[in-house]
Amino acid sequence: MNNYLKDYLLYLADTSLILSQRNSEWCGHGPILEQDIAITNISLDLLGQSRNFYQYAATLIGDNATEDTLAYLRTEREFKNCLIAEQPKGDWAQTILRQFFLSAYQYLVYEKLQAYNNEQLAAIAAKALKEVTYHLRWSSEWVIRLGDGTEESRQRMLQATNELWRYTGEFFITVDYEKEMNIDVADLKIEWMKTVRAIFEEATLPIPDNTFMQTGGKKGIHTENLGFILAEMQYLQRTFPGANW
Amino acid sequence: MSFKQQKYFYGDIPEDNTGENMSSPKTETKNEWPLWEVFVRSKQGLDHKHVGSLHATDAAMAMENARDVYTRRQEGVSIWVVESKHIHASNPEEAESFYEPAADKIYRHPGFYQLPDEVNHM
Repeated sequence: MNNYLKDYLLYLADTSLILSQRNSEWCGHGPILEQDIAITNISLDLLGQSRNFYQYAATLIGDNATEDTLAYLRTEREFKNCLIAEQPKGDWAQTILRQFFLSAYQYLVYEKLQAYNNEQLAAIAAKALKEVTYHLRWSSEWVIRLGDGTEESRQRMLQATNELWRYTGEFFITVDYEKEMNIDVADLKIEWMKTVRAIFEEATLPIPDNTFMQTGGKKGIHTENLGFILAEMQYLQRTFPGANW
Repeated sequence: MSFKQQKYFYGDIPEDNTGENMSSPKTETKNEWPLWEVFVRSKQGLDHKHVGSLHATDAAMAMENARDVYTRRQEGVSIWVVESKHIHASNPEEAESFYEPAADKIYRHPGFYQLPDEVNHM
């Protein structure tokens, strides 16, 4: 059980950490000051969530594991984040849409987890849910604003949808560690689609047809993007092991 | 006698104080989102206080920007936003007629009453 719990915690942590790292690329480059602060706030929220999961996972792993060793000293194949998190930040539309898709998903996952029969996991989820609720609200409004905005912003949203839709399929494929923990994510698809449909309708954006879905992230099989992120993120600890402030 | 009417916007009193050539507020120049003023109440029972301004395209975005910019260190429990153009400011040029007449009217302060001894905390 602990083994599966450990994997599940790493999956949740990795998804938040990698998305946090991606969003942080906007720091100092946001479209305007206020949105620069908004996206980096979200980035820090996600970093905080991943720390909570890593810290818990580290106690289960033992063997001198810490949140830092888990973030900085694991390789690509050991990362279990959803593929969508590691995709490039793209333009503002792509960053917004990615956030929306993932926040809508995390919302459903954390909502269920806060009633899970593991007190610590439930408590972390309950805390994260408050933050994710805001991320979902914030990103939803941006999807509507851009989708139903100018011809340019609409084109960019369509482009982003085209780019990202294929990575949403794996959200709903239950992998072994989820199965062992009696977590069935296939169930979440109906609710998730309901959220996406409502916002897309308001944004006057079409829901993409069923297309090929890229999967594997949750099992450690990633797109080429993850390697570049880890190279940048882990550089310091790999070059100067144990470096500290 | 007629008074010249000139609408001033918060923060937009022009350098030369004449207000000439002010057809539209600075906040609506090309490519800039409207300016909003933000008021935050730090806890229940206190007043909303002006904390600053920000740019946003609409009220919903102004609210979220205010949340992200001005309450990220637990500064508040309630936010008001109002588009800056709806706030009318007094003109510094009129300060003499506006504020100075109050200077010698100390009888307006409630300091001339004899209070009974039993009344505390006044």
